[in-house]
Amino acid sequence: MTESYPEDLKYHAEHDWARIDGEEATFGVTWYAQDALGEVVFYDPPEVGSTVTRDKAYAEVESVKAVSDVFAPLSGEIMAVNESLAQSPESINSDPYGDGWLVRVKLTDTSEVESLLDAAAYRELL
Amino acid sequence: MSEEAGRRPAEHSTQTIYERSVEGRRAFTPPADEVPQVAIEDLLPPEAIRRRPAELPEVSEPEIVRHFNGLSKKNFDLDTGFYPLGSCTMKHNPKLHERVAALPGHARLHPLQDPEYAQGALGLMYRLQVALGEIAGLPHVSLQPSAGSHGELAGLLLTHAYHEDRGEHRHKVLTPDTAHGTNPATVTMAGYEVVKVGTDEHGGVDIDDLRARADEDVACLMLTNPNTLGLFDRNIEEIAEIVHGVGATLYYDGANLNAVMGISRPGDMGFDIVHYNLHKSFTQPHGGGGPGAGPIAVSDRIEPYLPRPQVVRTGSEGNAGEARYGLEEDRPKSIGRMRGFQGNFGVFVRAYAYICSLGGEGLKEASETAVLNANYLRARLGEEDIARYLPIAFDRICMHEFVLSGSGARDELGIKTLDIAKRMLDHEVHPPTVYFPLLVEEALMIEPTETEPKERLDHFAEVVRSILREAEQDPEIARNAPYTTPVRRLDEAGAAKRPVVRQGMGENPGEPRRAATNPAGATGAV
Repeated sequence: MTESYPEDLKYHAEHDWARIDGEEATFGVTWYAQDALGEVVFYDPPEVGSTVTRDKAYAEVESVKAVSDVFAPLSGEIMAVNESLAQSPESINSDPYGDGWLVRVKLTDTSEVESLLDAAAYRELL
Repeated sequence: MSEEAGRRPAEHSTQTIYERSVEGRRAFTPPADEVPQVAIEDLLPPEAIRRRPAELPEVSEPEIVRHFNGLSKKNFDLDTGFYPLGSCTMKHNPKLHERVAALPGHARLHPLQDPEYAQGALGLMYRLQVALGEIAGLPHVSLQPSAGSHGELAGLLLTHAYHEDRGEHRHKVLTPDTAHGTNPATVTMAGYEVVKVGTDEHGGVDIDDLRARADEDVACLMLTNPNTLGLFDRNIEEIAEIVHGVGATLYYDGANLNAVMGISRPGDMGFDIVHYNLHKSFTQPHGGGGPGAGPIAVSDRIEPYLPRPQVVRTGSEGNAGEARYGLEEDRPKSIGRMRGFQGNFGVFVRAYAYICSLGGEGLKEASETAVLNANYLRARLGEEDIARYLPIAFDRICMHEFVLSGSGARDELGIKTLDIAKRMLDHEVHPPTVYFPLLVEEALMIEPTETEPKERLDHFAEVVRSILREAEQDPEIARNAPYTTPVRRLDEAGAAKRPVVRQGMGENPGEPRRAATNPAGATGAV
């Protein structure tokens, strides 16, 4: 896919996105992040039920270049992880905002959303 | 490529020895046996007998010779051409070292030989320890660790033993974000938690960040100096003071020792533990997977915990009597063995030969030439028409290596560092280390070493220039490179996700066997 940053997502400076849905959110990495990583070969998800903290690493992705931490854009509890990435981690490259989603989270504090960037502000960083 | 391969003779193909196998074909037929045959069942218990025959390729002798000769020609090594693989110190291995290592007294020595009858070998190891101790400025040396990463693990186990002995329980280890990947991997393996320290605008350790993170929970700071940006950290004395101030040890990753050997000593900078990569700084054929050696040197306070046995001199000192050497096992505080036997002895022989050949002044001159070569190449690649696409990451006089960023080529030409590296193969030079260190975008890490003449450095600069000129006209050429190698672009993601771990004849000759699970690969450098 070509470079894109959907308007309906919120962004974190560590190249993560969050799709906010009331008190829940879905996290993933941005087009920029997957492009910088190169082909992803392995995704090491957190455990369902574990907690994640804003700005802290919660998962790892391994590409042909390196192993990298994935940072949480918001705090919360993991409700679900994308199981299909165990078989096809390349979805993170081919569809970072869709099939390549990483975790679904129950948010601890929805006011944290205000700290995130919109698509235009995130593009400014790149 | 496939149709071309069909027209080529087999030695140019990528066939495995199993794919050349033809049932019943033999390389050598022994004469009829004059000794009466005994059934194997009468000699071995049932559990020791194979249930089915070994899967061995059946190939004629000339075809075996062609197969391996063909493989050797496909290999790219330092004897073939320029190999500026950053942080790997691909320096020439003098052929004299191979002759010395192959002497029967060295090559045919048995590791279980009684020390009484291995005095020559033990003497060589002892002298190597003394020489390495002098180079590091730390007097106590163990030759046991067999790789840089193995030396790192030994270093952290020593740190742990040191603190535990003092009744201190520490659980964090600091590593700069420029660290070799093996550093954080070692920290995790040794049971510590990795805490990253940032880099300042000069490419050195961010002192304020270090101060903020150094506390009583910190066991060690692992540092490479010069670091992976090829920059000497000028604040090393202040760094040592901060680290020692909280009671932690200071560990020196010796991967980049080739820049400072004979000029500055880690011990004098305040380091407690050092590892050497004998297979980098002290010649050795390497790059094909070893063997290596990662000896460690330590300060007085760490000495009681060194691995055992230690190679020691037991005879009288001075001229009064003959020197004798032995293996000292009685070391009650030792962390124990780091490996079976005493280490990769052939590597010790070559390293000792190198030190004796060059002497102190020669080692210093080698380091100076390595730094000179790196700076010459840095200046050549800093010429405007190259630097606009491949800017240097930190524009300072460098040490033995330097790092360029491929960000300009990516943004302006639409080619990535990987494409440039692949295109270099068509010019018969080995690409530099790429995509490391991680804090430089699209990094190219270049280490020419002291053993390259000026013409090679100029040639490399011209290769880089020609790849960029070509990409200005047609970036597709680099994107699809290489064209001249036995195989083109490899499926690196597939190799990691679905690795072929063994190949045999079995029921389906040539059918690769894949690993059952997806292993999370290691991240470290060699």
